[in-house]
Amino acid sequence: MMHFEFPIEGGNFLKAGSASSQLKKILKQLNVDPRIIKRVVVAAYEAEVNVVAHAYRGIIMIDIDTSRICIQLVDEGPGIPDIGRAMQMGFSTASPEVREMGFGAGMGLPNIKSNSDELSITSEVGKGTTVKITNYLEQ
Amino acid sequence: MKIKEVVELLNARVVSGQNLLESEVEYCFASDLMSDVLTLESDNLLLLTGLANLQTIRTSEMSDINKIIFVRRKKATDEMIRLAAENEIILIECDYSMFRSAGILYNAGLKPVY
Repeated sequence: MMHFEFPIEGGNFLKAGSASSQLKKILKQLNVDPRIIKRVVVAAYEAEVNVVAHAYRGIIMIDIDTSRICIQLVDEGPGIPDIGRAMQMGFSTASPEVREMGFGAGMGLPNIKSNSDELSITSEVGKGTTVKITNYLEQ
Repeated sequence: MKIKEVVELLNARVVSGQNLLESEVEYCFASDLMSDVLTLESDNLLLLTGLANLQTIRTSEMSDINKIIFVRRKKATDEMIRLAAENEIILIECDYSMFRSAGILYNAGLKPVY
């Protein structure tokens, strides 16, 4: 069992993706199947960009064992009032700045869902959001 | 097709990753929306984009894309070049529009992803 944690700065697009980049390096070193690596890091990266785009600060916690990779992103931020709506493709509350970065088209959460084996999102308005992404190593 | 042929066809400039000029490319995807790039499953893909910022490089890193062409005279910054070099990504700058670049590469035989 391995555990890693990386902080995520809200609003800092220069650093967005650095945590997912670390995760990719770790998974490569562990010789994880490249197809699984891609699914995991794409989901992690979209979730990391969400924290940068919407929250004040957050943390990404990664737990890896022989059967699965579990990623938890916990942020302090405005929260999501209607998770069902946020999951709809095309729905977005992203700022123009986020759109300039090539995101904010309402595809982040659907992308995370399609690249994870299990996804759970809990959120409290005014407090923050927790996203838990699980991928299994043997399909 | 070799990436060096792509560079010649587009009258383009390589700004990072010259060592990858001999590598082969089969598919091309043209997009300014990184979330769309992140949905792709193809290997050996060339990304044609007018979005020149750090997230373009990060998105390519996560998607296992190691060939990027910036169209519409967009320029790679030093920080982008540094991140691309770290991830062994070739960066190419092209003065043509997205439509013109895509048309030339399609005619030359690069395949669409879908």
